[in-house]
Amino acid sequence: MSDLNTTTTAPDRHETPEDLRRHIPLSHARLPRWAPALVAAVAAAAAGLISMTLGWGPVGWVISAVVLYAVALPTWSRAVENSRAAKDRFVTTVVWVFFGIALVPLISLVWVVVSKGAPVLSAEFLTYSMRNVVGEGGGIYHAIMGTMLVTAAAAVISIPVGLLTAIYLVEYGVKSRMARTITFLVDVMTGIPSIVAGLFAYALFVLFFGEGIRLGFGGAIALSLLMIPIVVRSCEEMLKLVPNELREAAYALGVPKWRTIVKVVLPTSLAGIITGVTLAIARVIGETAPLLIIAGSTDSVNMNLFGERMMTLPVYIYYSYTQPGVPPEFGIERAWGAALVLIIIVMTLNLLARAVGRYFAPKTGR
Amino acid sequence: MSATVTTRKPRQRRGDLVFSATAKTAAMTILVALAGVAVFLTLEGLPALQAPPGKLGGATNIVTYVWPLVFGTLLAAVIALVIATPLSLGVALVISHYAPRRLSKTLGYVIDLLAAVPSVVYGLWGALYLGPQLVPVYRWLENNAGWVPFFNGPASTTGKTILTAGIVLSIMALPIITAITREIFAQTPVLNQEAALALGATRWEMIRLAVFPYGRSGIVSAVMLGLGRALGETMAVAMVLSASGVITFNLISSTNPSTIAANIALQFPEATGLGVNALIASGLVLFVITFAVNFIARAIVARSQKGLV
Repeated sequence: MSDLNTTTTAPDRHETPEDLRRHIPLSHARLPRWAPALVAAVAAAAAGLISMTLGWGPVGWVISAVVLYAVALPTWSRAVENSRAAKDRFVTTVVWVFFGIALVPLISLVWVVVSKGAPVLSAEFLTYSMRNVVGEGGGIYHAIMGTMLVTAAAAVISIPVGLLTAIYLVEYGVKSRMARTITFLVDVMTGIPSIVAGLFAYALFVLFFGEGIRLGFGGAIALSLLMIPIVVRSCEEMLKLVPNELREAAYALGVPKWRTIVKVVLPTSLAGIITGVTLAIARVIGETAPLLIIAGSTDSVNMNLFGERMMTLPVYIYYSYTQPGVPPEFGIERAWGAALVLIIIVMTLNLLARAVGRYFAPKTGR
Repeated sequence: MSATVTTRKPRQRRGDLVFSATAKTAAMTILVALAGVAVFLTLEGLPALQAPPGKLGGATNIVTYVWPLVFGTLLAAVIALVIATPLSLGVALVISHYAPRRLSKTLGYVIDLLAAVPSVVYGLWGALYLGPQLVPVYRWLENNAGWVPFFNGPASTTGKTILTAGIVLSIMALPIITAITREIFAQTPVLNQEAALALGATRWEMIRLAVFPYGRSGIVSAVMLGLGRALGETMAVAMVLSASGVITFNLISSTNPSTIAANIALQFPEATGLGVNALIASGLVLFVITFAVNFIARAIVARSQKGLV
């Protein structure tokens, strides 16, 4: 095996000491570049043979192929190179395998949701509510409207508060004790469990409206508690990116600070801010727990944020799964369809955010 | 005194005053909101101290009511972290060191997509797809590893176990841990890494000698932030787990401990009177736990950053 890798030119019969010196290798023997590919091919073939004879199926085939590869390549490397290089190759394999394992749930989830949800999608599914629907039929119109209204209300609350806080942190409170405290607490706030935000909104509104209160606006309050920290963090990062020269140039022209912020700093960082806000919306639009608690659930369309229960898409998925009705398969079907719609909305928002960030990014001098 | 002032104080324009006051008010709103969460949850949770057993699902008082839930919450979160930590370190290393530079940004974006999937969709997937897929695995574990207390069965026939919930939670915690650790790994000084390589270290030795020691506190805090996410996650657990409120380390049976968040989500829509207060009290416990975990994690990050700058 080792003759593959040591220097290939055999030493001449009549060699001078100079020639000998030339043939002493400066580096130790290494596996050829194509060694991993070869081992991978052999491992895949061997694993295919094994799993075919034992009837393991594709999952068993992939697992055994990976195990064979992870054993064979380091063994070969240990024989030719040394134990340290073998360990390095082993770790490289492990790290990539971990990456592959992390992708499995993503691929599986997208595949399952699309394959089960796509047949459900239809014009009726998107434009009908669940009012008086028993068994087959019905749709998610009321849930989509509820989600749009609640999320819009949350955005209306969160964006001004978040953006102004970011402006305070970057432009006014530089290095002050309070700004540092706020930055820290905003970071901590990003970790508040969503259900706690829902309980907070309930505990707040129950003081005014009495027990058992359910209304869409409460959901907006709960969502904005989750959204504000995200908006603050992303806006803060973007405002910090604005070069100081721009601010100083404006000051030198005698422009007041607030006009500098509104006319110079914000337009410069606008693309980044829009990206951050869109990502924040994508993050909260799929929140279920707070809406389950404070917005409740209903089968009818409700366009009034300030009265009565309001259905939202995530809560719709939850109830279609837990209370699918009789017979259950139609409820489960609708749950998959709604899940697909929700994923499409979230992914669209994500892609939109990235696109805005990429195409409208300020041209920096670098 | 004022006569001796040489540098004139900049004239405060009215627009400036209004604008800075508005910005400051917004910042204060956040502090007020955070304090409000604690205050309102305490206000609404306190009456639960006098709740009769009938409102507490059979428990005699609020402590015996919350304790099994705390146990379940911690158990599920620990399972999630045991799975997610090594995986996310591997993923972070791939993105920061192993993948070709041009590919690594795309790979990072793909992992971020994991964080974008709504938790209710994870719940649906975990309950209807992953759970049934894991049933044969649990049966195998019961038959072949039944002597381990974690796997002594009887194996659940629906796959709705605390282990399934832990696996789903680990998928949700993974992008958070990865996002922070990969930042830390990418920040490792290039000189340290090149020095290690120049001394003949292999790539793995370089990572062990230069990257890990540098990022140790970052890794710890990233794992704690992942813990915070796993502790507070609601819907995935509520949908995946078939909970019966027991305290057990048996991970694969059909009787499982519940978690605080999942219990609230399952009970709240039908709860009345003091039952609501009891749920809010348990929510307060969850808030305190996650706040403490996040606080410590962020404090570690803040301290390590101060040391670096």
